[in-house]
Amino acid sequence: MEAETKYQPKDYKSDQYVRWCPGCGDHAVLNCVHKAMAEQGTPPENIAVISGIGCSSRLPYYMNSYGFHTIHGRGAAIATGVKTANPALSVWLMTGDGDCLAIGGNHFIHAVRRNVDINIVLFNNKIYGLTKGQYSPTSDRGMVTKSSPYGTVEDPFIPAELALGARGNFFARTIDVDLKNTTEVISASAGHKGTSVVEVLVNCVIFNDGIHKKITDKDHRQERTIFLRHGEKMLFGRDNEHGLVLEGLKLKAVTIGQDGYTPEDILVHNAHEADITLHLMLSLMGGEDMPVALGVIRDVEAPVYDRSVEQQIAAVRAKNPTRRLHDLLMKGEVWEVK
Amino acid sequence: MTEQTKVVTLEKVVVRFSGDSGDGMQLTGTIFSNLSAVLGNEISTFPDFPAEIRAPQGSLSGVSGFQVHLGSRKVFTPGDKADVLVAMNPAALKVNVNYLKPRAIVIVDTDSFRKNDLEKAQFTTDDPFAELGLTGIQLVAAPISTMVKDGLTEYGLDNKSAVRCKNMFALGLVCWLFERPLDEAMHKLQNKFAKKPAIAQANIKALTDGYNYGNNIHASVSTYRIESKKAAPGFYTDINGNKATAYGLIAAAEKAGLQLFLGSYPITPATDILQELAARKELGVKALQFEDEIAGICTAIGASFAGSLAVTSTSGPGLALKSEAIGLAVIAELPLVVIDVQRGGPSTGLPTKSEQTDLLQALYGRNGESPAVVIAASTPTDCFDAAFWAGKLAVEHMTPVILLTDSFIANGSSAWRIPDLDTYPGIKPRYVSLYNDDKPWKAYRRDPETLVRYWAIPGTPGFEHRIGGLEKDYDTSAISTEPFNHQKMVETRQAKIDGIASFIPRLEVMGDADADLLLVGWGGTFGHLCEAMETMHENGRKVALAHFRFISPLPANTAEVLAKYPKVVVAEQNNGQFANYLRSKVPGFNPYRFNRIKGQPFVVARLVEEFTKLLED
Repeated sequence: MEAETKYQPKDYKSDQYVRWCPGCGDHAVLNCVHKAMAEQGTPPENIAVISGIGCSSRLPYYMNSYGFHTIHGRGAAIATGVKTANPALSVWLMTGDGDCLAIGGNHFIHAVRRNVDINIVLFNNKIYGLTKGQYSPTSDRGMVTKSSPYGTVEDPFIPAELALGARGNFFARTIDVDLKNTTEVISASAGHKGTSVVEVLVNCVIFNDGIHKKITDKDHRQERTIFLRHGEKMLFGRDNEHGLVLEGLKLKAVTIGQDGYTPEDILVHNAHEADITLHLMLSLMGGEDMPVALGVIRDVEAPVYDRSVEQQIAAVRAKNPTRRLHDLLMKGEVWEVK
Repeated sequence: MTEQTKVVTLEKVVVRFSGDSGDGMQLTGTIFSNLSAVLGNEISTFPDFPAEIRAPQGSLSGVSGFQVHLGSRKVFTPGDKADVLVAMNPAALKVNVNYLKPRAIVIVDTDSFRKNDLEKAQFTTDDPFAELGLTGIQLVAAPISTMVKDGLTEYGLDNKSAVRCKNMFALGLVCWLFERPLDEAMHKLQNKFAKKPAIAQANIKALTDGYNYGNNIHASVSTYRIESKKAAPGFYTDINGNKATAYGLIAAAEKAGLQLFLGSYPITPATDILQELAARKELGVKALQFEDEIAGICTAIGASFAGSLAVTSTSGPGLALKSEAIGLAVIAELPLVVIDVQRGGPSTGLPTKSEQTDLLQALYGRNGESPAVVIAASTPTDCFDAAFWAGKLAVEHMTPVILLTDSFIANGSSAWRIPDLDTYPGIKPRYVSLYNDDKPWKAYRRDPETLVRYWAIPGTPGFEHRIGGLEKDYDTSAISTEPFNHQKMVETRQAKIDGIASFIPRLEVMGDADADLLLVGWGGTFGHLCEAMETMHENGRKVALAHFRFISPLPANTAEVLAKYPKVVVAEQNNGQFANYLRSKVPGFNPYRFNRIKGQPFVVARLVEEFTKLLED
């Protein structure tokens, strides 16, 4: 299709010098965003990239589209306004774990609940980078940071759990070092109608280096992660020798050929299932025995807020011919003085 | 019964309908003021609701009132004290005792003045009138509930529904008192209960019974005639300030050719603006309720970036929450209208009462040097023009505009001539297509005269750009922390706002050119100050009034006007915020001050007394 070949990633790139630290995971995500946009083929003038405050929120300056770097935590609300005012635009929100889930938590859950058609890319490095190393709402319990010198005494949010709890219809997870899959997932999120949340696990080389190492490490990645694709079996491991099965109410990782498990026992991923139960269980995997789920975990169609707003206006207009204020006023309780 | 009824012709009269929250006093008052307006009277109304949604029946905190001021010539306020009070229960009598003229006519329903009713209103004797010292009043005591029930026996209503018509009986009685024909009231009832014809008929019967009762008893009270004056020809409607605000915004969007977007969150007393605009989908308005005050303004800022005439509406506590976002609109130089319907503060304060205490918050309540336009509406109908101006200045000068109204004018209403929008000035968005400099366009390149940057709306090819809360370079529009650049940008943003003084009307002075005393006010106190001035004129005093709509920037001739008069008094419902602001802007200005912060409108008699004292000092 012409639309797919019309644009190159560089068409989405601005002339501004990228100021993230060398080695920061954000560089990779930026490249994936450029590539995903070229894949989608949306003209740069029809894209609005909104952000809040934090390292990742600098991203709009590196885009050759329309961009708005706003205030801390409020990006989701501003993006909602942009999209609702003009649903023809492709609207993106670039945000981090602090921006989106701490100060902006309320706007995030309500944007997701409303299902406004914006693409949220959530850069999760489990730390405040721009303010130089304080714990965030995704920092693990006990994490020692500058503002928790004896370790945190609180449990973190798991973004997927929050998004699904807020009735999210699209959630994907990816890792900064996996450019191919990150591009694929971001592109899929752009294609989804409604709020999409892509959590990118990014590394902060300065304040939280190696925080995702356990799963991003090339040596272990295939053993410790599973990349889910709709309609495909939930297989992982170097040679796809492992798979996921449901036992009772729990997911279990098994090895095919062991304990009598055959490929037929392995679950097939259905991202379009409306019931969140299995999506939630997949999102929460991790720890010692289970792989971390990556890819598009949930992708369900539902009424889209900005479209519903327009449809409602159109429905009222179809029944009510009044178009100007003067006509409206003359229809009310009016008396004439001659 | 022997005394002949007198007919007294008056220029002005104040009627107050008062009863329990459930007694329908708002409807009664609205119908009465509307039909009076239709008959050619000037009207000004003020509803006074309890803060509680459903206070205990018959209690003092549950009293709901509606006051209307009728006049044969211009009335500016709902009036200080009532000539006629309808008190549907003892609590209504008690809470209004200080708002009665000594010879006021008081209409009461004796059926709700029984022992336990008196107790609920904390009377200690069985004669509430004596207990309140109401010796001079003209009392019309009628068993209204009983008569309504008796009159409706053939209408097949249950007891409760029948008694609910008692407000219409009271209205009929008041219509008799003012020699008002009932047709208009009947017509309104038929409209109101169009889907329940039985209820409409019952209400009309109660209304007629009330009127006939007045006619038959020959009560020894005066009936009043308010002469009608010929108003300017045109079509009129009755409108309150919040509706007028909503319509002013619609008018501005229509003139500018823009989509109107409202992002809001419910808050007393501003919610009606959201509700009115949410209902205006036929006009294409996108008015939406969001999760909090901050989301209200942030969605509006997003909509503004996307090319809408964007508005958020709130009251003082909400304005505080929106402060940071207003700063974003200041530095991003995006058009935005922020409406603050002021109420009593600080904190939650007095949510249903009126004050002018948010002025300094509107002017200065942000971090950094963060200038914005601040304007104030002076009357319920002026809210239309003020909102129109707010939209015009926001769009043409790419700036947030804070429009201050208040609970008093937001809920008060008066007759309004439906405006001809063709007579209103045009609104021309500063689209990037107007850019015609030799240098290539950048986001913060400005019109050299107005210093206004151009509006490049997403979707326009070739004008992709990035804006945001970080300081930008004057020339390249890229992020900049360069010291001289910041100084220049701070000065430019201020100069842009100051320069708006050349685009707004000059300050006009009403009253005597050679006045000994200049009254200075702003916002919703206009009616009271005007009436005080007129009363003083009648007393032979030379007084003038300068009432400000434009506060930031001030009209260009402000200093000149203030210097003209030997004595100046700034009257406002706060501790002197505008007086201090004027002092900071006009060198050597040192006015007298009149400040009242009671959550209630000014009392004209008190203003006259104080201002006269100033003249005699």
